[in-house]
Amino acid sequence: SYSSSHNQTTQRIEKILVANRGEIACRVMRTAKRLGIQTVAVYSDADRDALHVKSADEAVRIGPPPARLSYLNASSIVEAAIRTGAQAIHPGYGFLSESADFAQICEDKALTFIGPPAAAIRDMGDKSASKRIMGAAGVPLVPGYHGVEQDIDLMKLEADKIGYPILIKPTHGGGGKGMRIVQGPNEFVESFLGAQREAAASFGISTILLEKYITQPRHIEVQIFGDKHGNVLHLYERDCSVQRRHQKIIEEAPAPNISSSFRSQLGQAAVSAAKAVGYHNAGTVEFIVDTVSDQFYFMEMNTRLQVEHPVTEMIVGQDLVEWQIGVANGEHLPMTQSQVPLSGHAFEARIYAENVPKGFLPATGVLHHYCPVPVSSTAVRVETGVEQGDTVSMHYDPMIAKLVVWGENRAAALVKLKDCLAKFQVAGLPTNINFLQKLANHWAFENGNVETHFIEHFKDDLFVAPTNSTSANEAHDAARLSATLVAACVISSEHSLLEENPPGGNRSLSIWYSSPPFRVHHHARRKMELEWENEYDNGVSNLLTLTITYKPDGNYIIETEENCSICLEVKATHLGNNDFKVEASGVIMDVSLAVYSKDQTKHIHIWHGSHHHYFKQKTGLELSDDDEVRHKPSFDRSSHPQGTVVAPMAGLVVKLLVKDGTKVDEGQPILVLEAMKMEHVVKAPCAGCVHGLLVTAGQQVTDGSVLFTVKDQ
Amino acid sequence: SSALNSHPWIAHSLKTRPFCLGVLPNGIDRTSEPFARNSDAMDDLISDLQSHITKVLAGGGADAVKRNRSRNKLLPRERIDRLLDPGSSFLELSQLAGHELYEDPLPSAGIITGIGPVHGRLCMFVANDPTVKGGTYYPITVKKHLRAQEIAAKCNLPCIYLVDSGGAYLPKQADVFPDRDNFGRIFYNQAVMSAEGIPQIALVLGSCTAGGAYIPAMADESVMVKGNGTIFLAGPPLVKAATGEEVSAEDLGGATVHCKTSGVSDYFAQDELHGLALGRNIIKNLHMAGKEGLLNRLQNINEEYKEPLYDVKELRSIAPTDLKQSFDIRSVIARIVDGSEFDEFKKLYGTTLVTGFARIFGQPVGIIGNNGILFNESALKGAHFIELCAQRNIPLVFLQNITGFMVGSRSEANGIAKSGAKMVMAVSCAKVPKVTIIVGGSFGAGNYAMCGRAYSPDFMFLWPNARISVMGGAQAAGVLSQIEKTNKKKQGIQWDKEEEEKFKAKVVEAYEREGSSYYSTARLWDDGVIDPADTRKIIGLCVSACMNRDIDDTKYGVFRM
Repeated sequence: SYSSSHNQTTQRIEKILVANRGEIACRVMRTAKRLGIQTVAVYSDADRDALHVKSADEAVRIGPPPARLSYLNASSIVEAAIRTGAQAIHPGYGFLSESADFAQICEDKALTFIGPPAAAIRDMGDKSASKRIMGAAGVPLVPGYHGVEQDIDLMKLEADKIGYPILIKPTHGGGGKGMRIVQGPNEFVESFLGAQREAAASFGISTILLEKYITQPRHIEVQIFGDKHGNVLHLYERDCSVQRRHQKIIEEAPAPNISSSFRSQLGQAAVSAAKAVGYHNAGTVEFIVDTVSDQFYFMEMNTRLQVEHPVTEMIVGQDLVEWQIGVANGEHLPMTQSQVPLSGHAFEARIYAENVPKGFLPATGVLHHYCPVPVSSTAVRVETGVEQGDTVSMHYDPMIAKLVVWGENRAAALVKLKDCLAKFQVAGLPTNINFLQKLANHWAFENGNVETHFIEHFKDDLFVAPTNSTSANEAHDAARLSATLVAACVISSEHSLLEENPPGGNRSLSIWYSSPPFRVHHHARRKMELEWENEYDNGVSNLLTLTITYKPDGNYIIETEENCSICLEVKATHLGNNDFKVEASGVIMDVSLAVYSKDQTKHIHIWHGSHHHYFKQKTGLELSDDDEVRHKPSFDRSSHPQGTVVAPMAGLVVKLLVKDGTKVDEGQPILVLEAMKMEHVVKAPCAGCVHGLLVTAGQQVTDGSVLFTVKDQ
Repeated sequence: SSALNSHPWIAHSLKTRPFCLGVLPNGIDRTSEPFARNSDAMDDLISDLQSHITKVLAGGGADAVKRNRSRNKLLPRERIDRLLDPGSSFLELSQLAGHELYEDPLPSAGIITGIGPVHGRLCMFVANDPTVKGGTYYPITVKKHLRAQEIAAKCNLPCIYLVDSGGAYLPKQADVFPDRDNFGRIFYNQAVMSAEGIPQIALVLGSCTAGGAYIPAMADESVMVKGNGTIFLAGPPLVKAATGEEVSAEDLGGATVHCKTSGVSDYFAQDELHGLALGRNIIKNLHMAGKEGLLNRLQNINEEYKEPLYDVKELRSIAPTDLKQSFDIRSVIARIVDGSEFDEFKKLYGTTLVTGFARIFGQPVGIIGNNGILFNESALKGAHFIELCAQRNIPLVFLQNITGFMVGSRSEANGIAKSGAKMVMAVSCAKVPKVTIIVGGSFGAGNYAMCGRAYSPDFMFLWPNARISVMGGAQAAGVLSQIEKTNKKKQGIQWDKEEEEKFKAKVVEAYEREGSSYYSTARLWDDGVIDPADTRKIIGLCVSACMNRDIDDTKYGVFRM
């Protein structure tokens, strides 16, 4: 029920270029497609085969992998839009989404920028300026200093005035880069200079602002939307308090444990903020909520569609990208504030390729297995920009997917979140899924007691204690069960593979590969060794040795060698792909397995129930670098001291490549012999100094005669 | 259903019974008294068999096994498992060879033989068991080794010798060394097979002394394991005695010497697992194009096949405890062939011999089974059927339960000997693969006509209840006591009843013992005693192994008409 504006002369959008990559590019294109709008993707060399490229009707290369040469390259993106005849550009989030200059270029080139006006981006992009404007509009602000004067002594005075702890923040940028918390006056100078350096490096602008640091804050943000006719409304708030290193991990909407009057106050404030800058299109007004005083303060306004916008979509039942396109087309907002529904509760968990134990360091690698939860209903959404086999590179954000779930209420949504996390299968690189599971299962999270220091607060519960013998034993038992299931699944899938694809392509031998393998008067047995790291025991690597006996009925008896009393009868049925039904001691369960090979090792991941284990199995043999198998000249070394080199054959010295006494590396050519019409290069057997090199070019040497010696010094 | 009926074709097909020509009936009444009695008797036989098997699977005993492990060596069956394709089957032969044959037990005759696939190619494995008398060759060990080679030569199977043997067992050298089918024949076979393009691969995993040294030396390719594998004509003690030279086993004939200096071996393995992996690689690299036999030709094998309609385990309940009692061989066939489908040939003629066509694991077979004494007609029918199968390259399966040909004046006058000779001629000359299973008695000329050991079936197995002898014990006792009586009479000695009975009992006891399946299998008169429930599987594997070769054209001798 959009109503077209008559005084709008611009043509309706029929083709959109999405100036982004990954899940957001795919997500924007999905809505565009639904609306019958053609899509153009842009890609860097690293993304040639990426999902967002495949999802688009057309795709244009915009440069090499580094973002500043491709996805931040405004001119080549605009050129791509013109080349493909797109009328509009959707910037997604990140990259150029909050670049006022880019919005301006689009405007100049008569391209519709699907986002706010350049002026609003500019106003809100400067944090000091935005606070000034907000203060004037009556939006509550955190006490602080937002001045242009950046003299360090003055800043220190201001800090003392606000009172510690103090937050130091660059005026530009976001994502927590350059932010510092200063506990007391003596830390100020160092932190200030650090923040300046980082800001300059990241954003090119080193202006810093100071704010009162709120000790138990919640991060609550309000989704607002405005059209080009001055209408602004809000779509309720999201709570994004659970963060690590100032990066959001789990977001939810609406915010838990707040009253409806508080909710409408927040909403009102956000709408006032947007109106103060003449905003249109999607935006987010971030507030910091002091849980002690129940005060909220304006933090900043994000002039783009946020990563976590799906949680809002879930509770209001609207497609925000569709709204964005509508607004860009000059339409009125499709509803009024009072018509905005609020239904149920939604969570979003961000699944990252990262190394949690190593301080959430971004991880790179190949997604050897990627099987997000099956999306069975509209209550579960997986927003992803990658596919199995893709590489998560160091060039871009390591987010793999967003898992979004909806429930009638928070508790119901949380149950779904936990279930989906347990079924979210990623193998090939480390992820934060296990950490997200711990987070979602934490009692305080279940209670909705979220605040930005949540992870720091409960770190003992959320992170693995490296030495905890009880947990270590429990983990070991769980791993042993998983290993048993792995063995059963591996063998049963091996069998179905053998049936489809008999070795040597010889189908007529299939009787020899039927299951169970036949033995005369006894059962076939085999051993399987799985390596597993116990995170509760300093990550010590354990070798689990399993003995599998094939029973005639097709079941397996699987024993773990270290304790023969642990012996399970297991039946595994391969359902196809990675899925199995496994019956172990009367319990039938769904099991998924991902196996890939890398570096002479089979990497095996298993998922069952809420468990996920990772095992390694050696496929090659570990052979020592034995002298006997190395190809070395076979002349007798025993009668000469070490480092002595003798002539491998009778021949003529053709050339000397070094002088006596020269320092040489191992394998460095020393001289050339000619024999049987072939040249033979004599090399240094080890690093050191050449001694006793007395032969000369043209000299004939006999087989086995000493040529020179290489000594350590 | 009204919708279905409205369609004329469907309505018609619903009314007719399924078309099931050739499907055999069950043939067994599970609730009957004989069923229970036969099952109990067979269960006893199988548990007895299993107890013997358990012993031989343990090899040379706990101490020897421990010693073997301490040298980083696997047991022979484990070695074979590592060579086989993962998850594949292994048809082990003559597990009970050597059973109660010598003063000491000789589990599996100290050598494990059998067939299994490596990289999709069927191979014959011959693995010494170093835990049994140091892997030395007793006479029966030699016989088992030669039998494996015989099968390999016939079925075109690459041979993998897993060598770990001290050579001939010296105290029995007279029965090991000199004769044609003794130790030397092993190397002769290697040479002849190699000449025919059947690969001969040796993995030297332990000692390989004296004559044994020729196994790797005669091989096409050989692997040696550092530390454990040694090859020499004379070991260090003998060398010292002969020449005074003091040298360690490794320096005298270790992997380093033979892979680096002498060239006796080709692949250097750092440990046993490496050696076995190299062995698999050698097979992977074989190229036997043009020598693949029927397997690689378009052969008429059904990839999809039905299991028998009746439980194969019921094969344990068919053989009667009393050999005099007969049973319908069709109840056995019904549990062996695909879908229990058996298209009987000449069903109404010569009914004591059952002949017909079927498939086992999709492979076509002609089955010949006994349903009583062989008469003229039965023998002629048998010869006819064998000719059919030989003409059409259909492997033959003999299910023996035969007391012999009909005797008596009428039978002789009808030329039973002539008819029997025809069947024996046909059996002897038919070049198609032949697999014989003795499911009951195997007596007299019946054994010949039904492809007994002397007729070189490709494979021959016994059920535990099987009995093989020239005639029944009671009959033999009758004949022998008559002769004895006559002799004694000539000498004027009166033979009292009690003594005669004692004499007869002794003969019966000897026939009982010598006719047993254990006596046979211990001496390698067959390829193993099997659980009746495994019959289908084993025939299937055997036929598959046989099809690895081309089938020669059959040429018969003179049939006496």
